[in-house]
Amino acid sequence: MEQSLFTSMLFATLVAGTPLIIVALGELITEKSGVLNLGAEGTMAMGAVAGFAATHYTGNPYLGVLAGMTAGALMSLLFGLLTLTLMANQVASGLALTIFGVGLSAFIGKPFESLTLQAVPAIRIPLLADIPYIGPALFNQQSLVYFSWALLGGVIWFLYKSRAGLILRAVGESPSSAHSIGYSVIGIRYLATTFGGAMSGIGGAFLSVFYTPLWVEGMVSGRGWIALALVVFATWRPLRVMAGAYLFGGVMISQLFIQGSGLQIEVPSQLLSALPYLATIIVLVLISRNQQTIRLNSPMSLGQPYRPDA
Amino acid sequence: MLSFKLEARPEASRTMSYLSPLIAVVLTMLGGLLLFSALGKDPLEGFQVFFLNPMRSWYGVSELLLKAVPLMLIAVGLAIGFRANVWNIGAEGQFILGACAATGAALLLEDVSGPQVLLAMIVAGALGGAAWAAIPAFLRTRFNANEILVSLMLVYVAQLLVSWLVFGPWMDPDGFNFPQSKMFSDSALLPMLVEGTRLNLAFVMALGVLVVGYVFMHRSYLGFKMRVAGEAADAARYAGFSAKRMVWFGMLAGGVCAGLAGMAEVAGPMGQLTDKVASGYGFAAIIVAFVGRLNPIGIFFASLLMALLFLGGEQAQLYMSLPASISKVFQGMLLFFLLGSDLFINYRLRMRRTLAKAGA
Amino acid sequence: MKPEHAAAASDAQPRLILQGIRKVYPAVVANDGIDLRVMPGEIHAVLGENGAGKSTLMKIIYGVTRQTSGEMFWEGQPVTVENPAHARSLGIGMVFQHFSLFETLTVLENVALALPGNPDLADLARRIESVSTRYGLPVDPRRHVHALSVGERQRVEIVRCLLQNPRLLIMDEPTSVLTPQAVRVLFETLRRLASEGCAILYISHKLDEIQELCHSATVLRGGKVTGACIPSAETPKSMARLMIGKDLPACVHTAGQADGEVRLKLAGLSQASPDPFGTALKDLQLEVRSGEIVGIAGVSGNGQAELLAAISGEIPLSEAGPVQICGNQAGRLSPDQRRQIGLCFVPEERLGRGAVPSMALSDNAILTAAAAKGLVKHGLIDFRAAKAFASECIERFNVKCGGPAAQARSLSGGNLQKYIMGREIMQAPKLLVAAQPTWGVDVGAAAFIRQQIIDLRNAGCAVLVVSEELDELFEICDRIAVIADGRLSPTRPLAETSVEDIGVWMSGMWPGAESAPAAPSDQSTSDL
Repeated sequence: MEQSLFTSMLFATLVAGTPLIIVALGELITEKSGVLNLGAEGTMAMGAVAGFAATHYTGNPYLGVLAGMTAGALMSLLFGLLTLTLMANQVASGLALTIFGVGLSAFIGKPFESLTLQAVPAIRIPLLADIPYIGPALFNQQSLVYFSWALLGGVIWFLYKSRAGLILRAVGESPSSAHSIGYSVIGIRYLATTFGGAMSGIGGAFLSVFYTPLWVEGMVSGRGWIALALVVFATWRPLRVMAGAYLFGGVMISQLFIQGSGLQIEVPSQLLSALPYLATIIVLVLISRNQQTIRLNSPMSLGQPYRPDA
Repeated sequence: MLSFKLEARPEASRTMSYLSPLIAVVLTMLGGLLLFSALGKDPLEGFQVFFLNPMRSWYGVSELLLKAVPLMLIAVGLAIGFRANVWNIGAEGQFILGACAATGAALLLEDVSGPQVLLAMIVAGALGGAAWAAIPAFLRTRFNANEILVSLMLVYVAQLLVSWLVFGPWMDPDGFNFPQSKMFSDSALLPMLVEGTRLNLAFVMALGVLVVGYVFMHRSYLGFKMRVAGEAADAARYAGFSAKRMVWFGMLAGGVCAGLAGMAEVAGPMGQLTDKVASGYGFAAIIVAFVGRLNPIGIFFASLLMALLFLGGEQAQLYMSLPASISKVFQGMLLFFLLGSDLFINYRLRMRRTLAKAGA
Repeated sequence: MKPEHAAAASDAQPRLILQGIRKVYPAVVANDGIDLRVMPGEIHAVLGENGAGKSTLMKIIYGVTRQTSGEMFWEGQPVTVENPAHARSLGIGMVFQHFSLFETLTVLENVALALPGNPDLADLARRIESVSTRYGLPVDPRRHVHALSVGERQRVEIVRCLLQNPRLLIMDEPTSVLTPQAVRVLFETLRRLASEGCAILYISHKLDEIQELCHSATVLRGGKVTGACIPSAETPKSMARLMIGKDLPACVHTAGQADGEVRLKLAGLSQASPDPFGTALKDLQLEVRSGEIVGIAGVSGNGQAELLAAISGEIPLSEAGPVQICGNQAGRLSPDQRRQIGLCFVPEERLGRGAVPSMALSDNAILTAAAAKGLVKHGLIDFRAAKAFASECIERFNVKCGGPAAQARSLSGGNLQKYIMGREIMQAPKLLVAAQPTWGVDVGAAAFIRQQIIDLRNAGCAVLVVSEELDELFEICDRIAVIADGRLSPTRPLAETSVEDIGVWMSGMWPGAESAPAAPSDQSTSDL
């Protein structure tokens, strides 16, 4: 009994943390290029509705993921058009993207409300899944959980081992220097922004296709914002993104377990539901307290528009 | 060959900064026509239903003004902060707290009658909003925590808080278990301005706040300091304007105004507190503030426009069986177009002829 | 393009020819009909004062920007340089005045970023070491750039260029960040490069340097070529006339007062930098008296920014004592409080710090003069008074602009500096602190500003000038000190020191200095 509770909590924590990892790693790449895209919430919403719709029509959840990714990429291209080509304020444009995405997804998603999808079966990795306690939680998982691990490895390799990652970091630190030695700052930022949007889209599709699986207006419920906070919390380091995401996943599911456990505790359910948001605030405070940490780790040109003087 | 080239203007164009919102409105309407045809609706009918129907009658106009009241109130408060680059994104939560605090005052003073009830509710609403805004202000000035994320997280918390109140301690015992408080007594309701409409005293209050906001932003030293802080933080530090005070003032201004708007909502058209009290005013007001150029006069007109989009969405739902969320699509479009056309405040297009170069 | 062919013929023909280069920006014509010719092995100076169009011309050659019209020939072939990578592949290297380095990356990564393909890092590190030994430019490829001194950073830039075997090297104002001793080492490196056949374009406004180093010179003024000369056959005076069209203006300077009251006193000022890559201040002692101008020399990045922020109050101290202004312990006061007790401060950055770019000049007057000039009444701004004050300032300080309503960003650097200087001086300060008062300003405006500072001193004000231009400090100061690695040297009356001595001090080696400086850096080169 103890084992199954532990295992199922671990299982649920990984699942709850997965969209956060995917979205936050995407945003991490975007921010490393110096672009602050606050539109993750709206982009996830679009990814969720597109993923749900595509899965509903095709019956294939992976086409749903692909659709969510495409929707997310398109959203971030819109953001790129505004901030990179038209040099609009990144904060305002990100908010606009969120408002637009949340609204448009609600509009598009109206016909899909009250529909459900078939649950996607987990993928079991032989042998590993037999490890007691953790095996069934870690290695009998949704495919996108494995994907998030691969993504983490890929992002770490890209940022710290590849030349393209070096260029990306250089652009994020000093776009004018990067321009003067001949790199296309705008082009690189477009790529990074699009990748971030695509990941947000996948994160959204994971929610509607794998996690719930259904579509309701507002179902992203702040996960996009939490992912943004995670990037700060992780001080722009990928491994810490994963740790933070599972921490939040744990907070999110612990309230479900407490509510479902029948434990007689005098706590209103709303307070439990507020825990992830309160945790986000606390974590932000803890990490931001030391300004040096933030200054040393955040990409130096973050949020500043750049236009080469032609 | 003709080509266009973007070049920086030596000075920001004042004309363009006023023209840009108008361009955005026109583009939004054109976008609306496209959207309606894409949905297989008659675009002209859609336009008529969405943009004209709400203003068909005097009653319609009064509803428009009523809808605009919370938007203009919140937007003025936000604009004060936005000018100083204080990004209070949590007006929705501050609105809810204002509504809750005002409801608390109304329930507390249930047996009292007279204007002091409303007065107490106004003070409570303002304080409620201010208290909610004070959290991100404190965490930002004391711990450097990003006010965007904190104020936004607090929106979700506020929504859960109001839900707890109306499902729990404040639930109307005679309300058939609906998540709502008791209906307010007459003393706790804002008096109507025009008989037969729902337009109430809050409209006058909002106009007053607009005027105060205008004087503050354009005439006062503190308003000047906040503008400097927003446009050149190093210059503000050089001049000796305290950045912390700017954050506090910017956040609190937004909180007070949003709290007042929340109070006006429960003491006005709703007459009670429900868990659906907010309905997106706090976020829409962000758009209003930008479209209104962070200027109270502009905000007045932008709030009317945004109210029209809200009502148009309801009309579209009624008459064209489109989801009401279409109004949010319009809101988003409006802000996109505005941000895009703002490019021409600082840049202009130069048309030039270039010789076609062979093999260049 | 056939580089092999071009290379074969290179000895006979100029490496680079420019014909009628013109570059038009929205507000100005930066280059107008420029002709230029550089031979292999030639060190060719491009001389001109600030705003003459030198940097624009170099950016065109290096492909950072494109000319509006005109032709460029590289080793005899007409060429349009598409971008810097293209320039490098042709064999053109450039060392920027404001380095194009990435602080959070290592030297190795910085170099790798500028090389084509995906070089093997271990191999690249060896190549860096071999090039740097060969040319006397010691750099450690594994260090992070933020930990390097300005002089070391310049070496990184040069090494980065040399690794690509450039046939033309562009140096943009390279000596502005170096001590006089380090300049000599740099010149050795450049002469050696030239002797190996590399052509060098040397951009500068310093006449003595050009005379010492360059074989030939092209002089620019207002975007046009005003002359070509052989520097060794000219006098600084004759070149100056080519450069500015008249004789160099000189300031009227009499000896200062020596026994005025102390207006600024630093009493053991120590302060960590808020910038993770900044310099900590270590036990600074200084007195500036009424009626004198004290100068602080030093290579940039040695604590000047931190010192100025500590005096101005932009970074308040944790205790009051170490900074005393006009007899008040001012360490914990805010900038506006310090202003009220008599301090006025002209920062190095004009746009964005000294003035708000998007605001009108009259609004920018309110920025610092609100209290002193009564521009605010009952919390409301008196816009008429602000406008009147701005107009007076524009007139008295001869600011060329569109009137008090003109946005600060529409002014040229020199005119904006005159305006800011005027705004501060007209508040009748007891103590004026000015950072780089004539940096990037044309010669006429610079002379005007220096004269204003001297006049202010003569009226009894105490003045502290922090500058990286030794010539400027020697022109206007009564006493001079040096800041190096966050420490401040004792002051010396100008008559008792020389540019040479101060140059040595700039590497931290003044009599009684606690220790020979450990890290920096420029020292190691001057030993070579």
